[in-house]
Amino acid sequence: MPENRATFINIGERTNVTGSARFKKLILDGDYPAAVEVARQQVEAGAQIIDVNMDEGLLDAEKAMETFLKLIAAEPDIARVPIMIDSSKWSVIEAGLKCVAGKPVVNSISMKEGEAPFIAQARLVRRYGAAVVVMAFDEKGQADTRARKVEICRRAYDVLVNRVGFPAEDIIFDPNIFAVATGIEEHNNYGVDFIEATREIKATCPGAKISGGVSNLSFAFRGNEPVRKAMHSVFLYHAIRAGMDMGIVNAGQLEVYDQIPAELRDACEDVILNRRDDSTERLLELAPKYKGTGEAAETQDAEWRSWPVEKRLEHALVKGMDQHIVEDTEEARLAIARPIEVIEGPLMAGMNVVGDLFGAGKMFLPQVVKSARVMKKAVAHLLPFIEAEKSAGSRSKGKIVMATVKGDVHDIGKNIVGVVLQCNNFEVIDLGVMVPFQDILKSANDNKADLIGLSGLITPSLDEMVTVAEEMTRQGFKMPLLIGGATTSRVHTALRIAPRYAGPTVHVLDASRAVGVCSALTSESGDQARDFADKVAAEYEAIRVERAKGDKEKLASLAEARANALSIDWAGFEAPRPAFTGTRVFAEYPLHELVERIDWTPFFRAWELAGTYPAILDDKVVGETARKLHADARRMLDRIVREKWLTAKGVIGFWPCRSDGDDVVLFEDESRTRKLSRLHFLRQQVAKRAGRPNMCLADFISPQADWIGGFAVTAGHGIDAHLARFKADHDDYSDILLKALADRLAEAFAERLHERVRKTLWGYAPEEALSNDELVREDYRGTRPAPGYPACPDHSQKPELFRLLNAGQNAGLALTESFAMVPTAAVSGYYFAHPQAAYFGVARIGRDQVEDYARRRGVTVEQAEKWLSPNIGY
Amino acid sequence: MTAIDRAAKADLLRRIGEERILVKDGPYGSMIQSYRLDEEGFRAGRSFNHDQKGNNDLLNLTRPEIVGEICNAYIDAGADLLATNTFNANAISLADYGIAGMAREVNLAAARVIRACADRATEARPEKPRFVVGALGPTNKTLSVSPDVNDPGFRAVSFDEVKGIYREQIDGLLDGGVDFILIETVFDTLNAKAALVALDEAGEARGEVLPVMVSMTLTDLAGRNLAGQTVEAFWHSVRHAKPITMGLNCSFGATELHPYVNALNPKVDSMLCVYPNAGLPNELGQYDEPPEMTAKLVRGWAESGWLNVVGGCCGTTPAHIKAIAGAVAGIKPRRWRTLPPALRLSGMEAASFL
Repeated sequence: MPENRATFINIGERTNVTGSARFKKLILDGDYPAAVEVARQQVEAGAQIIDVNMDEGLLDAEKAMETFLKLIAAEPDIARVPIMIDSSKWSVIEAGLKCVAGKPVVNSISMKEGEAPFIAQARLVRRYGAAVVVMAFDEKGQADTRARKVEICRRAYDVLVNRVGFPAEDIIFDPNIFAVATGIEEHNNYGVDFIEATREIKATCPGAKISGGVSNLSFAFRGNEPVRKAMHSVFLYHAIRAGMDMGIVNAGQLEVYDQIPAELRDACEDVILNRRDDSTERLLELAPKYKGTGEAAETQDAEWRSWPVEKRLEHALVKGMDQHIVEDTEEARLAIARPIEVIEGPLMAGMNVVGDLFGAGKMFLPQVVKSARVMKKAVAHLLPFIEAEKSAGSRSKGKIVMATVKGDVHDIGKNIVGVVLQCNNFEVIDLGVMVPFQDILKSANDNKADLIGLSGLITPSLDEMVTVAEEMTRQGFKMPLLIGGATTSRVHTALRIAPRYAGPTVHVLDASRAVGVCSALTSESGDQARDFADKVAAEYEAIRVERAKGDKEKLASLAEARANALSIDWAGFEAPRPAFTGTRVFAEYPLHELVERIDWTPFFRAWELAGTYPAILDDKVVGETARKLHADARRMLDRIVREKWLTAKGVIGFWPCRSDGDDVVLFEDESRTRKLSRLHFLRQQVAKRAGRPNMCLADFISPQADWIGGFAVTAGHGIDAHLARFKADHDDYSDILLKALADRLAEAFAERLHERVRKTLWGYAPEEALSNDELVREDYRGTRPAPGYPACPDHSQKPELFRLLNAGQNAGLALTESFAMVPTAAVSGYYFAHPQAAYFGVARIGRDQVEDYARRRGVTVEQAEKWLSPNIGY
Repeated sequence: MTAIDRAAKADLLRRIGEERILVKDGPYGSMIQSYRLDEEGFRAGRSFNHDQKGNNDLLNLTRPEIVGEICNAYIDAGADLLATNTFNANAISLADYGIAGMAREVNLAAARVIRACADRATEARPEKPRFVVGALGPTNKTLSVSPDVNDPGFRAVSFDEVKGIYREQIDGLLDGGVDFILIETVFDTLNAKAALVALDEAGEARGEVLPVMVSMTLTDLAGRNLAGQTVEAFWHSVRHAKPITMGLNCSFGATELHPYVNALNPKVDSMLCVYPNAGLPNELGQYDEPPEMTAKLVRGWAESGWLNVVGGCCGTTPAHIKAIAGAVAGIKPRRWRTLPPALRLSGMEAASFL
């Protein structure tokens, strides 16, 4: 942070039981969470230091100080500012000093009891490393006149600097602000006394600062907030000019001096500067007229509503608040010549603030998505006017056509990238999911796009992206092609996609990188764009060279790998028999049972918040955002369950079987005579250290008599109506939130069913009693690998599993041509029960296995290579 | 033993520090590991009610010859500042081995063995005086953060308790003859403040000014400690103690620490001392950055004019210290500017008001 000559340092005053009735009540009631919120509001309203005072007779002030300071230490957006520990009791101050990690300010010490205790306390303040407020108070009492204030402060300064060795810059004097216009004549000059004393102390005590509790000044006008605020502003206007550095004020509630009505300002000035004998009477006379005008502005919420419209728009965008956005946008439209200029002017300016904060790591994705929601609503309001005006269109940084490729239906990540790009002034044409390359290329041509972005989650999408790249080459495209999505990678892009396309091809790791990449590629200086593309191309070439000479020879032959299979001693093994053979349907699984099974960590990862739940909620960097997101998610979950937004359907099955090499043969009957199906699994071929087998799922099945299970579940039925509703409302935030939650519910459903399978339905582990954490860590017996994922990476095995389960009728699930499941929030897989069954990754496989697999599946090698392309290691 | 004039030692250190970059030693833990001591190896015939294997601090008492051997290896490598093997020698951490009551004894012994090595080395080469630094670790309890997620106001230990155990350790180290106290690997600012208060009280009781070195560690790559403080905010929290050196240690390797050394450089108006790890640990938790690499990275800092004192932390060995000493030899030490007077406060972030 820069060393700033802040014009005036606001010290938040609301966390003070002597000054705020509300805060006092919260503390007395023990409602610390609400009290913490008061501190948060102060910092949000601009307090640069927060004053904490617990001096209340009914309280154990030491304990209250300690408790409160420890609680706010855990709140990064409060604890980022320094604390002022405020008490008239030294024991309370010392208790506070023991709780604050930062360098705080002690408020206050004085020579009230003479020099000796003053010196002792000052030394202790120093020992704890705090700055100090010294009140103008000595053995004779509190200083009221200019001369007494100056005399006491000078004496204290001398004692501190010359005898204690206290650094002058850590001394803050409070020369006492007293109430004026009380009707008592001796009080009339108190304002002038303070202002003049300030000037003199600053001149004679170099380095020291001046502070004061401003609200005392207007004590005579309690109940009339507008007049009090005007008095405070007028007083500060003069006191700051005299050298006052800081004050305890209600941060964010000060009137701008120039905006105070002239007659009120003059009347206040007469009182504060003691300019006329009748100034008190005149202000008293005027006061009722202003009472009430500003009452509504009491809450901070309403405060920002009085700002100029540009600031209001910015505030709403940064805070992600959409309550007033339409009326504010309309106000801006009426004030600005052309509706498009509202977008290009204040709205874009606001989004730039958002973009800067995001780029600087001061805002996180969920907040940005909320900001984008506000922006979309504003733009939606303006669009009809822009249309009517037939504007030539806005000048965006660039235009990107984005799509989830054919065969794939996953779009959470793509939507996040779209939102972030829009926030950064890119025009995003989102073609949705399952988009064939013809449509992508046509849209890019028709819209004269600058970039194309492809997204996909399942591995077959990788192939589809290669197809898009090849088609772009064939049709002579030159624009940059961006690749993103969970299974994509820099290596895959470099090895498989970039070589097929002549234009720049760039892998984008996540939404936060998208802006940088797109900005570089659309840079107005063509050189910069070319440099960036060249740099990426060079990196990818390096990857290709590296791979070419790489570790091919490390793969074992299929024969060697099979010889090194996991050998389970099947003699004497009796496979546990499930409760039933065939399928069982769960037509409408109770959602509330799934909610508690949700594994939240991947949910946060979907929002690019790194960390493990629940620790992420207290993370120093993203904790605040994670908590808000989590709260929003819980709220939506409640509605999902209560209002039955989603229906969970699933089916499981168990079949007698035996293994046959790397295949598993399924039977209709327990005598294992009527063949039902044959499942084909893959074996690891990467070189293993001695004693480590080359695993294949078939190894977990007995070659004599065994059982295997299968399942397909979804929590996505009913989601479309709600997504449509959010879309109509331009609410990307809720859209992404709901999709992410449906995904989590589907996973929780799979997890819950698996548990019931282990305990009762298959029943091989009836005694199992695992905590949620242990479940997440998969500390249980057996495994449930899903086709398309590392243990059995071929998505094309899904149709056979679906046939066995009759998943279409039983769970309402369908598969796309790339074997993505619809609805998207779905999980399917196999159950293996053997105690040694474990999850593993097949990783790279050799040509011999691909050929063998093609033979087993009865397809051409080319077909098998296409299915297995992500795993091909040759 | 003749009384040590610690203020004079601090002046001497500063004077040498104006001429060249000083070198601090490396860690004890990994060196001790290489002796592969078993339970009896730690006990050396003494009896305890609790297993002592792994209690490196106990070796000051039971195997001072090992501690001395390691210290001499760092002396031979060219270290000017020699820290005691007392990272966990406080009653809180020693309680894990059931010997909380032996904290004073351990610290006394630890200081004596290093003092003896240092004095022999200084005698052998009077032109290169060696300094003994009594090291205080962070303890395994934290004052700033609740160990209970559901109760953010809870703390497992109190400020006064932490102050108390540090006071005991400080007195042991001073009585054993250390020149300075080093509060190192500070991940919790409040723990460090408790140590500084203990030190100030010890100085008051002894009637002397006790020079202190303070070294923060970062708990995340965003450059903050456990209390959430930035490096500058932390500096504001401890600057009142006028440390002879302020800096960073542990956390990460030199590569990752780079931006934070850069951030501290213009803000610290005392000697800047950095002793990084040997890179980041590999998948097995081992450090494999070779000495030449650490030395090369550190040399970059020295050439930028960022260093007054440099050494090594986790994963570094006498070979690293030797390479570091060679790499910074002949490079001019850092000079700092006088900071303009300002009210310098901090929360998690620094706030300076001119």
